[in-house]
Amino acid sequence: MLRAQRLNLSVPGKTLCRDLDVVVKPGECWAILGRNGSGKTTLLHALSGLRMAGSGGVSWDGKPLADYPRRDLARQIGVLPQDEGHEFWGTVLEYVLLGRYPYSRGFGISGEDEDAAASALRQVGMAEMAGRTLATLSGGERQRVRIAMLLAQAPQLYCLDEPLQHLDLGHQAEALRLFRRLAAEEGRTVLMVLHETLWAGRFCDHALLLYDNGEIASGTAAELLTGENLERLYQCGLRELSTEGGRCWVPA
Amino acid sequence: MNSTLHFPATWLVLTVVAPIASVVTGLAFGSVDLPLGDVLRALIGKEATLVTDIVWQLRLPRVLSAFACGGLLALAGALLQALLRNPLADPYILGISGGAAVAALSAMIFGLAAAAVSFSALGGALAAVGLVFALGFSRGGNMVRLLLTGVVLSAGFGALISLLLTLAPDAQVRGMLFWLMGDLSQAQAPGPVWGILLAALGFGWWQAKSLDILGLGELKAHSLGIAVRPLQIAIFFAASAATAAVVVEAGTIGFVGLIVPHFVRLLGFSGHRRLLPLAALAGGCFLTLADTLARTAIAPQQLPVGVLTALLGVPLLLFLLSRKA
Repeated sequence: MLRAQRLNLSVPGKTLCRDLDVVVKPGECWAILGRNGSGKTTLLHALSGLRMAGSGGVSWDGKPLADYPRRDLARQIGVLPQDEGHEFWGTVLEYVLLGRYPYSRGFGISGEDEDAAASALRQVGMAEMAGRTLATLSGGERQRVRIAMLLAQAPQLYCLDEPLQHLDLGHQAEALRLFRRLAAEEGRTVLMVLHETLWAGRFCDHALLLYDNGEIASGTAAELLTGENLERLYQCGLRELSTEGGRCWVPA
Repeated sequence: MNSTLHFPATWLVLTVVAPIASVVTGLAFGSVDLPLGDVLRALIGKEATLVTDIVWQLRLPRVLSAFACGGLLALAGALLQALLRNPLADPYILGISGGAAVAALSAMIFGLAAAAVSFSALGGALAAVGLVFALGFSRGGNMVRLLLTGVVLSAGFGALISLLLTLAPDAQVRGMLFWLMGDLSQAQAPGPVWGILLAALGFGWWQAKSLDILGLGELKAHSLGIAVRPLQIAIFFAASAATAAVVVEAGTIGFVGLIVPHFVRLLGFSGHRRLLPLAALAGGCFLTLADTLARTAIAPQQLPVGVLTALLGVPLLLFLLSRKA
């Protein structure tokens, strides 16, 4: 269970959140929504332990993140950052195997590591590309391989920063189903920064809305994802469309 | 590249055949060419002949120095390419050679002995390392700032070097140019460079997986459980020690540190556990051969080895790049 207590976050010249209290339970899938620059990524980094600064604390299973040894924490919490670019000349399989670092002892690669990497590649539909070098992949394929590395890391909490970037519509749905399944069937916890309100409404059960004035609303997706809230969030007039699959909003 | 069939042969050549061949070549050729059999006999037996003297007293120390220096340069290049996440990084990119050169050339202008020149080169290298570290890593610095700090300091040192060359008496300019282009003729004590080579290689091998992960970006590395900043500082100092050792031993030998890691990558070895030892071996072979050529091409006159590393290395890498593309 992830708990933030009286969390304060600021960047130079701006307070991103004040006294945030939030509890995220196993099996839950949270969307983090907000305008550009509202602090979604900073908040995600604070909740995942990438950023230890800021008063107030974040704890995982009752223990402050700062008290975990690094590799222990990496077995609990995995992060898919926004693409930082990479200097990697090896193959797709070698790349995904790096996700096993928190489990590695000594120099070798265990059979368990190989199984985890192969299974992760299958789950994102990239098994056939295992022997290709990373440089030969398209942007969307590379994003799926990045997701595969995170699956190989097999954390309890998945922190995803715009996991759908570069993915086509079909692969967006597939990626979200994958994480939804990890939450529902294996009790993993998922936090994701999203811009797609349609997907947030369909695949997430909870949401965090980061308003521009530093106010943060947290609650169930059903409760928070309303036309009124989203118009205020994105400062843009919206029109709601209802379909069988759920509700979505388009600019008015 | 077909990995299953291709690798054992490449591997064998890089780790066994090329090192032995380059060392033996370095021992056999010089201002006097020695028959291969005599060289091997001199290496095994210890009867006091002229050949034994040439091999043990003159050529072996220089060949071993060249090998270690080449290994150190390739290793430093590979480490800095990982640290800065920049394929253009070479051992001199952070200004270590510039600092050493300014100090060494100043010592030469004052007419100090060779040992004192080496000593001031060491002082200059350490001062540059300290300066780059203090400015580049201060206030939670990032690698872009580290890189820019190094490049800016290099440019500053470059201007000072030009100034020193202009001010120096004509008689000394030639020696200074040799030093600047890299010259192994003073390298007679391979012990220290080998010690640093083995230590740096041990460090790199130990941290190989972390180095691979660092290439994914700092955030990802952090999230996988890497202590990013301490690792970056350790790489910085390992690469600096490797570079400083070479600069003190042999001046600034260009291209080895930039080209050899890419050469090994283009052969298909990308993970640092393989890349670092293979780059060290390939760098050693390359510099040993280049130095042999520098001693023999227009013997008895010697050429600066840095010129030959560029003349040999540039076409080789261009060929590999064009073939791969």
